[in-house]
Amino acid sequence: MSTLPPGFRIQRETNTEEFFINMGPQHPSTHGALRLALRMDGETIVELVPHFGYIHRGMEKQAESMSYLQYIALSDRQDYLTAIQNNLGVVIALEKGMNVGVPEKAEYIRVMLQELGRIASHLVFYGCFGGDLGGQTCLLFGFKEREMIHDILEEVTGSRLTTNFFRPGGSRYDVPDTFIPRVKAFLDHLEGAMRDYERFLSKNIIVLERSVGIGILSKEDAIAYGCSGPVLRASGVNFDVRRANPYSIYSQLDFDVPVFQNGDCYDRYKIRIAEIHESMKILRQCIDKFPKEGPWRSKEKPVRLPVGRYYSEIETAKGLYATYVVAATTGEKPYRIHTRGPSFPHIAALNKMAQGHKISDLVTIMATLDPVIPEIDR
Amino acid sequence: MYVPSVTHPIGDFVREWVPKLSAYLPEQLQSQTLDTIVAFLVNAVICIVAVCAVNIGSAPILIYMERKVCAHVQCRLGPMRLGWHGTIQTIADVIKMLFKEVYAPSGADKLMFYLAPLIVLIAPFMVAALIPFDKNLVVSDVSMGIPLIIAVNGFGVLGILLGGWSSNNKYSLLGALRSGAQMISYEISFAMILLFVVMISGSTNLMSITQSQAGTIADWFIFKIPVLGFIGFILFFISSTAEMNRAPFDIAEAEQELTGGYHTEYNGTPFAMFYLAEYIALVTNSALATTCFLGGFHAPCIGVAFVDNYLTMVPGVVWFFAKVFFMIWCYMMVRWTFVRPRVDQLMDFEWKFLLPVNLLLLGAGAAYIVISG
Repeated sequence: MSTLPPGFRIQRETNTEEFFINMGPQHPSTHGALRLALRMDGETIVELVPHFGYIHRGMEKQAESMSYLQYIALSDRQDYLTAIQNNLGVVIALEKGMNVGVPEKAEYIRVMLQELGRIASHLVFYGCFGGDLGGQTCLLFGFKEREMIHDILEEVTGSRLTTNFFRPGGSRYDVPDTFIPRVKAFLDHLEGAMRDYERFLSKNIIVLERSVGIGILSKEDAIAYGCSGPVLRASGVNFDVRRANPYSIYSQLDFDVPVFQNGDCYDRYKIRIAEIHESMKILRQCIDKFPKEGPWRSKEKPVRLPVGRYYSEIETAKGLYATYVVAATTGEKPYRIHTRGPSFPHIAALNKMAQGHKISDLVTIMATLDPVIPEIDR
Repeated sequence: MYVPSVTHPIGDFVREWVPKLSAYLPEQLQSQTLDTIVAFLVNAVICIVAVCAVNIGSAPILIYMERKVCAHVQCRLGPMRLGWHGTIQTIADVIKMLFKEVYAPSGADKLMFYLAPLIVLIAPFMVAALIPFDKNLVVSDVSMGIPLIIAVNGFGVLGILLGGWSSNNKYSLLGALRSGAQMISYEISFAMILLFVVMISGSTNLMSITQSQAGTIADWFIFKIPVLGFIGFILFFISSTAEMNRAPFDIAEAEQELTGGYHTEYNGTPFAMFYLAEYIALVTNSALATTCFLGGFHAPCIGVAFVDNYLTMVPGVVWFFAKVFFMIWCYMMVRWTFVRPRVDQLMDFEWKFLLPVNLLLLGAGAAYIVISG
């Protein structure tokens, strides 16, 4: 009990109504080794304190003794659901330091893999959301289409989950010839699959009962806590790094940024479904515009950054993923790399959302925040 | 002396043979009373063995079936490695479970902890003894069958409450409290629907309920009373799902919220007993639905003599189990399709919707009987 703040110690004589429950680190719904200390009144949550650090691997410290290239591989291991997107975040920061340009074909490869990664992550969200509500079948449905994305990623990058693909000035390899046809076939398949999936959950009366009006995060709170990505946009803030601070070729592509106003669990679910459709739109545009000729990377040169501070931010499926590189000496190793992950502020806002709700609702709220714990702990 | 009426084919056989065998005994030991008692005991043993065989034997089949149904709903194959299409998988799992070390968590009330799984098993076993599987295949043909079933079903809550409370785990306790509230609430509408059946058939004996559905498929209670019968069947389906603690009403063990609910701390054989009770309850509830609404062991005759002749050639027990497995399949499909409501929503649903509808149904049923004579 010593690790608990004073409010969580039960005073046996004076207060027998409230009790304390330890949710996690071994709990099926905390999406990893996250511990939530809950002060409960019956089944209602009075207060919640998240405890992090069960899978802290000291990535930022490790980065100080690694070369820049090695850190790209490490960024896969942060948010493993958006590994390919994290790669890009690191690489963009490095490119700013090295001052290299990226050829057009490489940019298209980047954007397409980004959006595939976004769809994959949102499909996992779909599965976990349904699964955490008690519909185990959703879990498998979401993962089914995600496997197809992983097949494509495997063909392109050589690995399914931890891709380690992008390099300053381009990527490790060119995409194979089968890439575009495969993505096209996948999109045609996903079109039909999404129709089924939406029918499965979006209008289901039990899902509506359990998610509408649950875990409301107001616009002001969302901004104050530093939320980003779908969680922020579900609360009515129109902020998407792809629009606000465009990187790669997002400024040339035509897509909408879905924004919902209520900030409850159902909106956070709907916005991710809408984003899957937007990603599919982007992918179709990329397929049409994809340059057949041209270099797929700029001239290779050693990854050495001059003294300086370099910052990049991208929009992963979870939200704003920023990398801050400090190079104190010109060379292959950083002085410090800091990563700003999207899930940490979301979990910080969990108390605000879960207060006064039932323990079942906490599971729903957690699922709609879509946190990945290794990314919080790093 | 009361002799259970199971006795139909086997019982008569036993009663016929016991006096013949007792003739070999010494003179002074032979008596009418002794023969009756021996016949009774032999019959009782046969009954117990039969009920256990049906119940425990059906559990591995159901677990295999659940896995396959679940897998195919989820676009998977399910167990495929052990035996043909994974048929031996369940047996392997049962053996694994039985050989596990049994231990109780520290601070648990050991007596209650080990008693709970046994209590949970009582209810489904006793209900199974009342179900008429065929014209003369029923263990105990008591006249107050329906009230007895309603009474016996309450035992399940007791076991779950005890198990959850004695585990010394807050999640278990929450699960037990939830299931206590849930099962007691849904028992009311469960009983109401059974009363509706009693009202139509005019009897509380399960055999005569089944016999009053004799004839064609239109005589089954689900179709006999237009619309009302079907509504009753659906309501029975809902409340029995909640009564069994099966998804989507499995808030008692809500894996995502309570890590397993009342049986979080159980392992090995005691856990297997909870598991067994769950599946036997599935069989008995399906059997009850079959008896009360789907015509029990009667063949689905359609009123055309040519077809009916062939249909009635099939033994009643085959029809009975075909219907039971259809019901089980329905329960399984529902389980793997719907998401789980929240605990307070479930209570609201019972008290604010299901119960009023049940009362209306009872009233409408009564009106129908009065009007149609």
